Amino acid sequence: MTARDRILGRLRKGREERMQRDGGRGIVIPEADASVIGDRGWSRQERLQRFERWLTSVHGEVIHCETDDWTETLCRILKQKGIKRLALGHEQEVARQARQALEGKMDIALVDAARDVESWQQELFSQVDAGLTSTGGAIAETGSLWLWPTVDEPRLLSLVPPIHIAILDAEAIEDTFHDVMVSHEWAGSMPTNALLVSGPSKTADIEQTLAYGVHGPRELVVILRH
Amino acid sequence: MSQPVQTFTPEAFHRQAHDALGNPQIRANFRKAMDGLMDKRRQAFEEWDLEALRTLGASVRLRALSRLPDLLEQLEAKCEANGIRVHWAEDSEEACRIVTGICQENGAQSVIKGKSMVSEEMHLNAHLAEAGIDALESDLGEYLVQLNEQTPSHIIMPAIHLNTDEISTIMHEHTGTAPTRDVDVMTAAARAQLRERFMAADVGVSGVNFAVAETGTLCLVENEGNGRMTTTVPPVHIAVTGIEKVVENLSDVPPLYALLTRSATGQHVTTYFNMITSPRKEGERDGPREVHLVLVDNGRSRIYQDDELLDTLRCIRCGACMNHCPVYTRVGGHTYGTTYPGPIGAILMPHLMGLEATKDLPTASSLCGACGEVCPVKIPIPDLLVRLRRESVGEGRGNVPGAGVKRSTKEVAAWKSWQWLATHPTAWRGASIVAGKLRGLAPSHLGPWTECRVAPKPAKASLHTLIKQRTKHKELRQGQQEGES
Ligand code: SF4
Repeated sequence: MTARDRILGRLRKGREERMQRDGGRGIVIPEADASVIGDRGWSRQERLQRFERWLTSVHGEVIHCETDDWTETLCRILKQKGIKRLALGHEQEVARQARQALEGKMDIALVDAARDVESWQQELFSQVDAGLTSTGGAIAETGSLWLWPTVDEPRLLSLVPPIHIAILDAEAIEDTFHDVMVSHEWAGSMPTNALLVSGPSKTADIEQTLAYGVHGPRELVVILRH
Repeated sequence: MSQPVQTFTPEAFHRQAHDALGNPQIRANFRKAMDGLMDKRRQAFEEWDLEALRTLGASVRLRALSRLPDLLEQLEAKCEANGIRVHWAEDSEEACRIVTGICQENGAQSVIKGKSMVSEEMHLNAHLAEAGIDALESDLGEYLVQLNEQTPSHIIMPAIHLNTDEISTIMHEHTGTAPTRDVDVMTAAARAQLRERFMAADVGVSGVNFAVAETGTLCLVENEGNGRMTTTVPPVHIAVTGIEKVVENLSDVPPLYALLTRSATGQHVTTYFNMITSPRKEGERDGPREVHLVLVDNGRSRIYQDDELLDTLRCIRCGACMNHCPVYTRVGGHTYGTTYPGPIGAILMPHLMGLEATKDLPTASSLCGACGEVCPVKIPIPDLLVRLRRESVGEGRGNVPGAGVKRSTKEVAAWKSWQWLATHPTAWRGASIVAGKLRGLAPSHLGPWTECRVAPKPAKASLHTLIKQRTKHKELRQGQQEGES
């Protein structure tokens, strides 16, 4: 008998004996109202406000812009923050447009993020100033972005560089985590890695004092396109 | 100086508690931290119907437990289909062997670890060290505690017993970081030190907060990003988890996550919620090529046999019960001498270590009820503490290892006699008269009771006698008054 059989055997025995003891009732599961976790019904305005309030409360930056000229906003941010090397993909819409706007125009090196990490790990860890990613959408209730990393925008792009710049569309903000899961049918389509990101990396392990950028990005900048 | 290395054991709980109570530094560190955490938790739930949410959390956990064996099988099947290899371990020993084995198969020299209380429970680091494999903790708090050769003093905030100066000294002594009181400087130093180690690590070991049977997804909750690093950078990822962490559906995750972050640290959300469903797929650019899930029983399936104790398995390890525990706040986490301290430790550790070693833990409570009140999944912790006290004196159903360890024939005989006396009025009256007469002989030392109290002395006359005399007196007087009128 394997450990698996023994463990499952004990659990099944426990469950069966319990059923016999109390006449087939088993563990009593309390009646619960699942609406406490969804059903917010916020207006578009309220959603936006909540998203921004919560994300900025955890040190995230939200910068609004028109959808059409978001790359100008990007250029401004890159300049402001002194970003010299920006890692990004090249196929995803966001990456394509950013490349178009940036290539040759500014004194910024564009680092190809769509490479097997083994071939550029050292560079990624020590020579990239910022990573640019698109987002799946966001959650108003907690000020969270949701990301499904792709071949073009891999998992480490939103984690390793000191600044993470994320592009979000105002229409893609939903009320709750629950709503996002349901409306995008996560249960039937989970990717290798799905992420909620709410602010820059932080720790309070030194006497409850907040410090940012402990392992992941020190800054999270969300360009919110309207 | 950083604190000298000290080993704590549950057997020495009383001595350790005594020492901790006499240590103003420890008391101040915990008091300050726990006050802050209690405040933050309260604020974090202000906009919520907390009762409804806790009921939902409890129902999600109980539904999962009611189907536990089936869900584990479903989880296994889903994970395997997704490419995650699943292993089962009866106890810590076996779990350590599995992890070490995977490391050796991959020729691993160094392991980087994300925060995992189950791996603490397994004493995995020591086991890996014996096999010549170096394991480094990457959660900042765990890293500091490991540098200082200690164990975590809190399940969420492992280094909460240390203050800034102590941490500065530790970092200076062990890593050569220049002494500083600037938290940002210390954090940046740790970031640099650990980044190298992430890149060099052969294997990443993490815990799991929720394992979703429906999709075969492992969910990890964190703020630092070290969990994401651990599960993404090294070529092999091993997740270890207790068998009770499984939930049925993906939609069960949002309520538990909402409860967990707010109960633990008063955050409305953590920085990262990391959901892993498979190893790196063909064509993907990063992530481990192998993902393993080790399901650890270690006494949990025995807890599952008992209708009442089973509630222990609902726990989502938020730490709110310790944050709100007046005993934990005063004695700190190390005093318990166990992987899980505080109320959750007191109800869980007896199953993992047996009551012989942990008999004092269920008594480390005033039964004030705070833990049960704040528990996000409504575990009736005080009831379980009482139950374990009964078990330890042999009055329970005896399912707990070491049950009856505190049973003393003297005590049993004393209570039996008392019970007999109290149900036989004549004998009782006789005995109280005798006790009153012999009150001078009552002992003045009664073990721990008289350490900070005076010993009780039987009264000259019992209350019963006094009332009787008074009534007689009254009747007499009334009779006289009636005669006069
Ligand atoms: S027993 Fe309840 S309060 Fe304590 S850690 Fe577990 S879930 Fe949190």
